[in-house]
Amino acid sequence: MSQMAKPFFRTVYDVPREEYFAPGHGLCAGCTAGTIVKLLLKVAGPNTIVVNATGCVEVSTTPYPYTSWEVPWIHVAFENTAAVASGIESAIRVMKAKGRLDPSKQINVIALAGDGGTYDIGLQALSGMLERGHKVMYVLYDNEAYMNTGIQRSGSTPEFAWTTTTPVGSVLRGKVQQKKPISDIVAAHKIPYVATANPGYFADMMTKFKKGLETNGPSFVHVIQPCTTGWKFDPRYGIVLSRLATETGIWINWELENEQFRVTVPVPRRKPVRDYIKMQGRFSHLTDQDIEEIQKIVDQEADRINKMVGRTVIGPVVEQ
Amino acid sequence: MEELTKVEWVRLPLSTNYAVAYAAKDADIDIVSAYPITPQTTVVEKLSEFIANGELKAQMIHVESEHSALSAAIGASAMGARAFTATASQGLELMHEVLHIASGLRLPIVMSVAARALSAPISIWGDYTDLMNTRDTSWVVLIAGSAQEAYDSVLQAYKIAEDSRVLLPVMVGYDGFLMSHTYEPVSVLANSGAALRYIPKKVTWATLNPERPITVGAMANPDWYYEIKYQQVEAMKAAYEVVKEADAEYGRTFGRSYGIIEETDTDGSDLNVLTYGGIYGTLLESSEIIRKNGIKAGFARLRLFRPFPYEEVLKLAEKSSALVVLDRAITYGMPIAGPLAREVISVLYSHGINIPVYNFIVGIGQRSFTENDALKVVSASFEMLKRGQKIDESIYWGVRE
Repeated sequence: MSQMAKPFFRTVYDVPREEYFAPGHGLCAGCTAGTIVKLLLKVAGPNTIVVNATGCVEVSTTPYPYTSWEVPWIHVAFENTAAVASGIESAIRVMKAKGRLDPSKQINVIALAGDGGTYDIGLQALSGMLERGHKVMYVLYDNEAYMNTGIQRSGSTPEFAWTTTTPVGSVLRGKVQQKKPISDIVAAHKIPYVATANPGYFADMMTKFKKGLETNGPSFVHVIQPCTTGWKFDPRYGIVLSRLATETGIWINWELENEQFRVTVPVPRRKPVRDYIKMQGRFSHLTDQDIEEIQKIVDQEADRINKMVGRTVIGPVVEQ
Repeated sequence: MEELTKVEWVRLPLSTNYAVAYAAKDADIDIVSAYPITPQTTVVEKLSEFIANGELKAQMIHVESEHSALSAAIGASAMGARAFTATASQGLELMHEVLHIASGLRLPIVMSVAARALSAPISIWGDYTDLMNTRDTSWVVLIAGSAQEAYDSVLQAYKIAEDSRVLLPVMVGYDGFLMSHTYEPVSVLANSGAALRYIPKKVTWATLNPERPITVGAMANPDWYYEIKYQQVEAMKAAYEVVKEADAEYGRTFGRSYGIIEETDTDGSDLNVLTYGGIYGTLLESSEIIRKNGIKAGFARLRLFRPFPYEEVLKLAEKSSALVVLDRAITYGMPIAGPLAREVISVLYSHGINIPVYNFIVGIGQRSFTENDALKVVSASFEMLKRGQKIDESIYWGVRE
């Protein structure tokens, strides 16, 4: 379709006008998941089948008898999105081979899941799908907790973050462990395309969706998704906070394409992580020392990334 | 009859697992999605061979768990593919969540189950605890008594599942090991094409098609959930008729049919024994020694467990002085603990039939149940019947207390 014709998305003028994600859904005001899905479908176009894990997007967009999906969409359960997508993709292949589907017809298969459905309960099915090599693009929208059930910690929740199961008390103060490096785990499967993306950098994100869909094999796009309800920030600042995640280096936009690693959004001068943390109620209990600790971890990660690239793409922190 | 003359058969020595694989091949399945588990594994091994040597044009999805096996089958079926899976025991339990979803999404998936005991303690051996746990999942459940019947039942299963009045998944169960790994002569179709005249590849259900986008698996709130689930109640009712039709048409097309309950000597008997699966063969083998011991016993085997064939069970009960029900599973915490016995008693009670039902728990974890055991069970029941004795607790046959 025409939506797939553009090589890259650079500016807002490259964004297709066609809408496949209808308004009227029940996502929270200011939820960035809606932004991600809307742009995802603009890239994918109508010849697309979406498999959605249980989660915020699923419950908010399909209260029977209504739906926001103008492409075929299926929800089966929480932990099996990648397995269902594997079945769909295999069926397409065999039905084409048996002449029951037009072999020239390209059908995108997209698995869409949150962090709970990917980092935790869905990891096994995801690993199986990647290992078997199904041509499916797996999109992870990562809001760093089980937001749909009411803000419980997941394997993605960052250290120190308050959630309802990592409350701030006199003994424990938020999550004890660090965020699981899910994209590195996915990359270790040696699939052809892995990327991290940010709705605050929509053109970069859409380009990655496009590359993922054009990959001959499994692809994985990990998108940060600031959650106004769970992270506790003013709904108007979803995209501001998204951008801050990258500007502070806490979220680095990269891609690994056929084993070539590239940072797609270089940050020559980083903002301090304090700017990102101070905007969020889930971190309101943090001391200066805690923030320092987070800053150190971010600095180490920036170093690691710069070494991988072979030059400084994530620059030093510069107070602005 | 004209059709019959066109059908050619090949007679092969097959285990029930292999018979099931041959049937799946002859059904021209598009997708096999399965995970190894004893005693099911040789089903998918055989299917893998069929695919590897080009006898079956299907995609094998080597999933990483049974949960994913059924999930991938759901995805494939939702695309309009004819999907097949096979499992047993722990695998069936791991699938349990997805069993309800396959039926709730009304997808005509067929699955074979080589029935096996459940852990703990872990046991690879046969009983029906796994299959009986699926009672309330809204799957049609057939239980075969021979390798031939398993072959025929898998073909019938697609006929039932894909009928637009039903659109429910169908399970074909049989004894783990006692059937899954024992060989019998089985007639299989010489030409797969003949099977497709009985079960043409016609997509009768709603599918994921970019040209006609639909939302599958939407979230239902209290204003709709109940009505959607009630449609499954109706579908199950319809399935009861469709199972009979599918069997009758199979008989007309291929010359073999089974009915809902297979019976031997049940008319004018002193009492009748009712069971399911391969143990029926043991009962028939024991009939002679039972007769020599002066008891006229009839034998019946239930071929359909869901929807529960209450009409046939009533007919059997009406001509029986007593029913001896042999169960190979336990409902823990219930005095009458056999799953089949409990269904039978429920049907008899609601129709005002008050005959003794003697429930024996046998063959748990594949504890041997021989012809001699059959004689003793029938003799003990007959003694109780003569005394006018009823039981309010299952008899755990042969257990060391």
